[in-house]
Amino acid sequence: MEEKQFPTAKRAAAEKKRRAVTDKLSPIIALVLLVAVWAAVCGFGSIPSYMLPSPGAVIRAFVGDFPLLMEHAAVTLTEAFAGLGIGIALAFVTASLMDRFRGLYQALYPLLVVSQTIPTVAIAPLLISWMGFDMAPKITLVVLTTFFPITVGLLDGYKSVDADAISLFRSMGAGNGIIFRRIKLPSAMSHFFSGLKISASYAIVGAVIAEWLGGFEGLGVYMTRVRKAYSFDKMFAVILLIIIISLLLMGLVTLLKKAAMPWERKGVQNV
Amino acid sequence: MNTSAERDVLVAEGITKAFDGKTIIENISIHVQKGELVCLLGQSGAGKTTLFNVLSGLYRPEQGRVLLGGEDITGKPGHISYMLQKDLLLPYMSVLDNTAMPLIIRGMKKKEAREKASALFHQFGLDGCQKQYPAQLSGGMRQRAALLRTYLSSQGVALLDEPFSALDTLTKSAMHQWYLRVMEEIQLTTVFITHDIDEAILLSDRIYIMGGKPGVISDEIAIEVQKPRDTDFTLSEAFLNYKRLLVEKL
Repeated sequence: MEEKQFPTAKRAAAEKKRRAVTDKLSPIIALVLLVAVWAAVCGFGSIPSYMLPSPGAVIRAFVGDFPLLMEHAAVTLTEAFAGLGIGIALAFVTASLMDRFRGLYQALYPLLVVSQTIPTVAIAPLLISWMGFDMAPKITLVVLTTFFPITVGLLDGYKSVDADAISLFRSMGAGNGIIFRRIKLPSAMSHFFSGLKISASYAIVGAVIAEWLGGFEGLGVYMTRVRKAYSFDKMFAVILLIIIISLLLMGLVTLLKKAAMPWERKGVQNV
Repeated sequence: MNTSAERDVLVAEGITKAFDGKTIIENISIHVQKGELVCLLGQSGAGKTTLFNVLSGLYRPEQGRVLLGGEDITGKPGHISYMLQKDLLLPYMSVLDNTAMPLIIRGMKKKEAREKASALFHQFGLDGCQKQYPAQLSGGMRQRAALLRTYLSSQGVALLDEPFSALDTLTKSAMHQWYLRVMEEIQLTTVFITHDIDEAILLSDRIYIMGGKPGVISDEIAIEVQKPRDTDFTLSEAFLNYKRLLVEKL
């Protein structure tokens, strides 16, 4: 029986390994193909290079303008991090209060949802006219866009707690404080990080949009300048940089999650 | 009678509990002596769990009172420990921290609580599991960890709500033997809920039969068989007689 099973198991393991490799390879191949088509279209000269720069031109622009890009990126990142930090803090306070007081939850939840339907491009110019051209309106916009996914994540997390676990803790004599710290907060961690991952990408885009609509420095400002100069190669270069920064931030969130939730990894072994 | 009343640790007198005007349990009185293992046996829906929630202080009854060691603890949680069918071990805490939790809740320093809990790991068959997470343990071990937590949160009395019903038959049987042995050692006064007649006879000193709507205690039977009982007991004539008696009464 075991002899018969063994090759099957071996084959299954090999199959699994092969699948892991193809799973990783597929997106890379798709990306390479896409860039190849792009390069080919530019190479045939069917589209003028000032309309669509070739991949090579974008890379050259990226490298050539690198110091300037970094300068602007530093500003954008500062806004994004400040906004994200305030957004997280605000989300924690709001979600925790909403979870604790039912009336507050009923009152605020619809407002929260409605606030998300307001277009960012509409609110940003208003913020700029209220707060000026400095960082304040940009940070505010980032707070507004990042606050919601984290708040909703936390609220869902608090609600996901097993009511029996709370009863058990109450029977042990635990009060609301202990129940919050020992059950609600840790249970909400995975929801929190899901929200944070979305918010991290929103933060960069939010800051860039706010800069685009009015400001003196930052990647958004750089974008408006190169657009007006019709330097589309530089435009693509800054888009590339924003993609890289967003991916790095999302990766950072994943690392933070792994560090904050060690039981997620260990739990899977020898169940 | 007087002497047995003096030995009673847990007494419930005339408990009536209703939800939305519908009476779930009515005029229930039970008493449990120190070190005794008492079982509430009955079909589901008889209000056994409701009674437990009243005993543990999570629900306040419409009528009646709960006395622990003579002190009125009606509607006051934190005196009697409670364990459910689900082990409810928190997945993000190590097994050690899970079991030490009741001591920490009571205000003990974390280090001291861990030491105290850890000292009992051997007795509860959990050697070396301190640093593991609950998901890494087998069903039986998780249940033993939950029992250890219950024991540490008890100040003498534990309520177990179908503690073994989620386990498979073999694990359950092994757990019964282990449980009887450990109970001999730690002398924990226990009230447990089950709808498994065999389990009730094997483990209990006394059985309360609950039934009806609203739920009442319809009968009380003492299992007068010396402990520790082994698996042979479940095949004996005495066991079958008790079983016949209980089937008739249920």
